[in-house]
Amino acid sequence: MVEINSKIEPAQTNEIQSEPRSKSRQENKMQETNQVASLASVAAQTSRAINKFTPGSGFETKNVHAWFGKHHALADVSLEFPSNTVTALIGPSGCGKTTFLRTLNRMHEFIPGAAMAGQVILDGQDIYEPGTDVTKIRLKIGMVFQKPNPFPSMTIGENVLSGLRLAQLKRSNKEELMEECLTRAGLWNEVKDRLGAHGGSLSGGQQQRLCIARALAVKPEVLLMDEPCSALDPGSTLRIEETIRQLAGSIIVVIVTHNMQQAARISDYTGFFLSDGGPGQLIEVGTTNEIFSQPKDKRTEDYITGRFG
Amino acid sequence: MITSQDSLVPLTTYSGVIPEKRELTTRPRFSDKVFRAIVTSGGFTSLIILGLIALFLTLQSSTVFRQFGLHFITGFEWSQGDPESGAPAKFGIGAMLIGTLVVSMIGLMIALPISVGTALFINYYAPDWLRKPLTIMIDLMAAIPSVIYGLWGFFILMPHAVYWAKLLHKYLGFIPIFRMPSEIYERSPFIAGIVVGIMIIPIITAITREVFSQVPLDRVQAAYALGATRWTMIRAVVLPFGASGVAGGAMLGLGRAMGETVAIYLVLNLYFIPNFNILFSSGGNVASLIVSKFGESEDFELRALMAAGLVLFVVTLLVNFLSDLIVKRTARKGR
Amino acid sequence: MSTTNYLFDARPTKPWKINRQQLAINSIAFIVVLFLTPAVVAVSPLKGKLGAAVVLFTLATVMNIVISLRRQGTKTLTNSFATSLIYTATALVLLPLASLLFTVIDKGKESIRWNTFTADMRITQPDAPFTEGGALHAIVGTGIIVLIATLICVPIGILTALYLTEIKGRFEGFVRFLVQAMSGVPSIVAGLFIYTVLIVSLGLKYSGFAGALALSILMLPTVARTAEEVLKLIPNDLREAGVALGGTQWRTVAMVVVPAARSGILTAVILGIARVAGETAPLILTILGNTETRVNPANVPMAALPLYTFNLMKTGLNVAISRAWGGALILLILVLILFVTARLLGGRKRG
Repeated sequence: MVEINSKIEPAQTNEIQSEPRSKSRQENKMQETNQVASLASVAAQTSRAINKFTPGSGFETKNVHAWFGKHHALADVSLEFPSNTVTALIGPSGCGKTTFLRTLNRMHEFIPGAAMAGQVILDGQDIYEPGTDVTKIRLKIGMVFQKPNPFPSMTIGENVLSGLRLAQLKRSNKEELMEECLTRAGLWNEVKDRLGAHGGSLSGGQQQRLCIARALAVKPEVLLMDEPCSALDPGSTLRIEETIRQLAGSIIVVIVTHNMQQAARISDYTGFFLSDGGPGQLIEVGTTNEIFSQPKDKRTEDYITGRFG
Repeated sequence: MITSQDSLVPLTTYSGVIPEKRELTTRPRFSDKVFRAIVTSGGFTSLIILGLIALFLTLQSSTVFRQFGLHFITGFEWSQGDPESGAPAKFGIGAMLIGTLVVSMIGLMIALPISVGTALFINYYAPDWLRKPLTIMIDLMAAIPSVIYGLWGFFILMPHAVYWAKLLHKYLGFIPIFRMPSEIYERSPFIAGIVVGIMIIPIITAITREVFSQVPLDRVQAAYALGATRWTMIRAVVLPFGASGVAGGAMLGLGRAMGETVAIYLVLNLYFIPNFNILFSSGGNVASLIVSKFGESEDFELRALMAAGLVLFVVTLLVNFLSDLIVKRTARKGR
Repeated sequence: MSTTNYLFDARPTKPWKINRQQLAINSIAFIVVLFLTPAVVAVSPLKGKLGAAVVLFTLATVMNIVISLRRQGTKTLTNSFATSLIYTATALVLLPLASLLFTVIDKGKESIRWNTFTADMRITQPDAPFTEGGALHAIVGTGIIVLIATLICVPIGILTALYLTEIKGRFEGFVRFLVQAMSGVPSIVAGLFIYTVLIVSLGLKYSGFAGALALSILMLPTVARTAEEVLKLIPNDLREAGVALGGTQWRTVAMVVVPAARSGILTAVILGIARVAGETAPLILTILGNTETRVNPANVPMAALPLYTFNLMKTGLNVAISRAWGGALILLILVLILFVTARLLGGRKRG
């Protein structure tokens, strides 16, 4: 018997020997509670002095709805994003969090049949006001996408400055700006010697940081991130999370993430979205610490403890 | 369950010897063999036809090439000769080749920007409901027979084109290609070029539109998210992505333009002198030469026409090959 | 599960769409430009249609820039200019198409009488009144030639497509390249080739059959490539299901794959016919033309619509040219019918 077992991998052996079925549930339960505690502790560790929102100064949404054709995808989201903070939007897939993010800089309207209602207010101005120059809006509210997408026809340096070219902005100290943005995105040291190389020659994580640098080069007030780490390995994810934390000192970051640990690690505020078959709604929002340690809504608790999603 | 000793036994019997790889082949049945043979031979019909075209045209025109050698391609004279005075026959398609190139290039220069513009319009400017009708209309343009383009070009376009040519000559006459040896504007390479250009627009537009529609959406959105206007987005994302596809489409259009026959025959004055004054009524075209001389030529001249056809065949094949190469290379790069 | 009623008083809006006020401004601007153009043409040295077009383009661009400046501020200059250029490019494509369709219909209907479809030109001079003679011989000729070309080409075209999709042999890429190369063969070369083989080498006479052979060379790549596209769309499950039921590959292809692609293959055939029905150049060298109605495709010169149009046009006589326009109209209608049929079939397939 011993001989036989020794041919099996040790981990497997342990599992087989020490796991009567009835016990496992209890353990799972324990793990769940542990998870809440751990997320809360993570959130507590990283919590900082949190800015209070002053109306009319920063970035907020009022009763935002979104439709795709007849499908009501998102309902009645009112959220405030205080300056110099990171807000994480979490929730199961299909809950409308990405749709919400895309209404924030008017990327939503690229989908045929899309419609919206409500207001998105930046510096006291509704960005959906008729007559608004949408390109200016997108300059102020930058975006980083799920998949790294540097422009393949441009070099690394050109990629960083591509926003200036695209928006036809004039700037004299381009070299300085390039270095500043790459530094803020945590990429400068890795690419400073090969700024002339093509963007595609970088690794996935580096490409994503290049995209962040590109978004920073037009000096946005808000940076939207749509699951920026979902296509990356853990190492790259860590680097990007550091970058996000550093960015929070100067701009508003709104990040959609599937990863609750990530939300706990990097955000100051967390909003929980959920759809129960109808349009997605914002169920609860609060400081990240609160959401992960003592959520007020039962559904939030169920989600962050892993009962569903 | 797994702890049961029996189920673990197979693991212990593992001998450490890797069994030989077994070939996974199905021996096709007789009917399948026949099927495969038929289909394969069908697949190679194109090769056979292309080979036969080359073979027969070469065989028939070999005497022409033997007699004139390279002069057949570089020579500017075309005469059956005169048995009475003893003047020898002289056949050279140099002027026709140059003319073919001039007309096709004019056509391409007109068609390319218009096609790219239209493809951009369909993909990025047109409202949703307009896209499909526009695409259909452009496909329809490709289906209209060339004799109709010739008819229209001669009776409808020519009067306008002569007027435009006069303007060009008046204001830009200092440029050599707009000079006029004498004031005859009808049936010029310029007019033939416009007609051919219109005829290849649908071909280039179709390919360009297809390439542009494959531009990755995330790149387009990234550009817009950086505050791009529609045009700056196109400059930074769409055009670099589609450049080689556009080049391939242009080459394909060029190949078509070079092989065009009756439409050019109707709107171009064939003349055996190379002419670069594109507004002047004198030009050349290999395909039209064949049509125009076919009815009245005999024996040796007929063989000369076959030789001309062979040259045209080889040239268009090369252009098509190049176009294919450009498109393939792009596809491999993955952009 | 009970569905919750979502009671939101929000209405979907599309703030990014052009609103009524902007639309009004745009329309007014467009009308102003339209009326301003003749005025500018009248006072400026620019004359004629070309001058008007240049003025129209310039005014439209300026107006476009003014409007977008008002809406979006600076830096829209290049964008507005590019927009104007791209709209102009599209107009430049549609203008000749519209002019061509209009002219063919307008001029073509003049010469068309009932006898156009019942009589041929056997005893009629090209410049005789329209009530005499007709295009029957040409219509019959085109019908027969295209029919034979289709019969020759379709099996080969489908076999080529099957080779590319079902056998996928070592030479798949090569065969695809050959088909591509064949589609670039100039039509005159195809005609010359058939002429060389049949009439010069084999000593046969000009005939409808020779014309059909030349057309089938031109038709093959269209049929093969379109059929390949269609066969590619047939899901692989279907093939596997056929083989898993114990069918041989031959039976699977013949009884499952090809029937599933039936309407698509029909589309391919129709597109191939539309491609060659209007070809003129190869017919000049192979069927020679005839003024009598001939049904026998062998040994006798035949007439065909494109050739009929071409030859009448060459006479330079006014009445004959009117007849040529009539031929062009019939040809155009034929091509249109084929084209629309192919579209409808193809469209239904794709849903």
